[in-house]
Amino acid sequence: MKRRVWLWGAALATYAFLYLPLAVVVLFSFNDSELNASWVGYTTRWYRVLANDTDMLQAAANSLFIALAASTAATVLGTMAGIAMQRWRPPLLAFLVLTPVAMPEILLGVSLLLFFRQVLDLTLGLFSILAAHVTFSTGFVAIIVRARLAGMDDSLFEAARDLGATPWQSFVRITLPLILPGIIAGFLMSFTLSIDDFVITFFVAGVGVTTLPLQIYSMIKVAVTPEVNAVSTLLMALTLSLIVLAARFAPETLRARS
Amino acid sequence: MALLELRNITRRFGKLEAVSNVTLDIAAGEFFTLLGPSGCGKTTILRMIAGFDAPDAGSIALDGRPLAGIAPEKRPVHTVFQSYALFPHLTVAGNIAFPLEMAGRTRDEIRRRVGDTLALVHLEDKGDAYPHELSGGQKQRVALARGLVNRPRLLLLDEPLGALDAKLRERMQGELIALQREVGVTFVFVTHAQQEALALSHRIAVMNAGRIEQVDVPEVLYSAPRNRFVADFIGTINLVEVSVTATAPDRLELAAAGLGALTTAPVADAAPGTRGALALRPEHVRIGRAGAPATLKNRVEGTVAEYLFLGDVTVYKVRLADGSRFEALETNAGAGRAQFHAIGERVTLQWRHDAGVFLRD
Repeated sequence: MKRRVWLWGAALATYAFLYLPLAVVVLFSFNDSELNASWVGYTTRWYRVLANDTDMLQAAANSLFIALAASTAATVLGTMAGIAMQRWRPPLLAFLVLTPVAMPEILLGVSLLLFFRQVLDLTLGLFSILAAHVTFSTGFVAIIVRARLAGMDDSLFEAARDLGATPWQSFVRITLPLILPGIIAGFLMSFTLSIDDFVITFFVAGVGVTTLPLQIYSMIKVAVTPEVNAVSTLLMALTLSLIVLAARFAPETLRARS
Repeated sequence: MALLELRNITRRFGKLEAVSNVTLDIAAGEFFTLLGPSGCGKTTILRMIAGFDAPDAGSIALDGRPLAGIAPEKRPVHTVFQSYALFPHLTVAGNIAFPLEMAGRTRDEIRRRVGDTLALVHLEDKGDAYPHELSGGQKQRVALARGLVNRPRLLLLDEPLGALDAKLRERMQGELIALQREVGVTFVFVTHAQQEALALSHRIAVMNAGRIEQVDVPEVLYSAPRNRFVADFIGTINLVEVSVTATAPDRLELAAAGLGALTTAPVADAAPGTRGALALRPEHVRIGRAGAPATLKNRVEGTVAEYLFLGDVTVYKVRLADGSRFEALETNAGAGRAQFHAIGERVTLQWRHDAGVFLRD
């Protein structure tokens, strides 16, 4: 009995440590005060302020577009890389695909900036952000897809060919359904990585285009207003629904496998 | 003309020659087995027939048509994999329908043939089940059904019974024979289990280190092995080092160091002086008390070192004068306890003048 109390206590403390800051943000987004200091009263004012903040809305739209486009591209590239890494094990591929994952973000940001400006002479903006996000997301998708394939019997794919499927039919009918949970998990992973990326985006954004994390950062340089809490709460809600979706479509990516 | 012809097939993996100059003809309707220890090249041959691998030299032809350069999906050959390789995201019916869908059959035909094939393997009520819900034997039957449903010219089976327990294995052997007879599809079966090969096959090719040692019907393979490897690999056998002393039309006279003169069935051109081994199955050896009257031509004395009572038969391991061990098998039909020979008992072993096979070195 004593042991059980202790366990529950430890669990509660851990959850509190993880989720209390998030709960405070959500709570204070409804606080009727200019300051983020003490609770005054309930209001939805900050959400109205947010709805009229065109800069913030533009940044959110940019972030969403970039996250969707970058994670889609990263999912396609990463899936191909993951399959190739598992099936043919070409030398160097794994190293090349996974390096951006291990690289410190600050290094990746600087080198992408230099590459876009000095080598390609590109005008920084939506495209450069998009390209940067694809760069660091692809490796994550590849890792997840490869791990999924590694747990499978290779003779499944030979059996498909053996039973009359062309390589394409075999991919669509057998490989794709079997790795789909990995692909969905990879997509969601890239999406969340992209939508909250700050460091790399900061280097490659240029002056014209801004994303949600950059916008929030520029706001708190002035003062932390409850509007920041409101936008964070919405971002949290979006992420949470993505996780719920993922659990629904690909339960085994979130559940321990038996 | 043979259905499947392998002509001088060689396959190398780096320095290793996995398959060396193999030539085989397999007839339509045959249950043909490639038998050998693991690593002997039998699975490599299967993979080359299926199209997952290609020979470095030699040719494979099916119905007289060379298979070189033809993709696995274009060959009228299906495989039952050792791991079954059932698609986990498809139901049993979905798995069996897969080859029919790939062949572009109509929906009605697919439904009818999936139903027929499920009935053929006694799984009528399992069509909607998923592979992970099936027992090992049921998975095995689904894999067979999936391989047979589109009536391939050839069904390749890669140790399909290897994952089953002994009892189930025996039952599946019976089902496999019945199934092959019923559908008439040519089977090429790969196994390292010699008893399984003897029980199932019309003909067996015994392989060793990439080469074919002997191709024959099971009875001939068992009673007339061509060399020591085959003799030793198939069943249990006594091997005695001998040299030929004289030849006669009805027998070969041999001398064995420490055991004296022996005789065996004649073989072609075994001149006196030829060295080799006398191979003798335990069931040809009669065991009796030491000093029992000689009724058979060959006779050696020994001491019982060990015996295994197996119910229907008893296997005696007897130590001979030269220190070697000899096995004798006695059926227990009508034998009482008094007939047994105890450990340490002196015994006489006898066998007919033509019971053994002389294997030239």
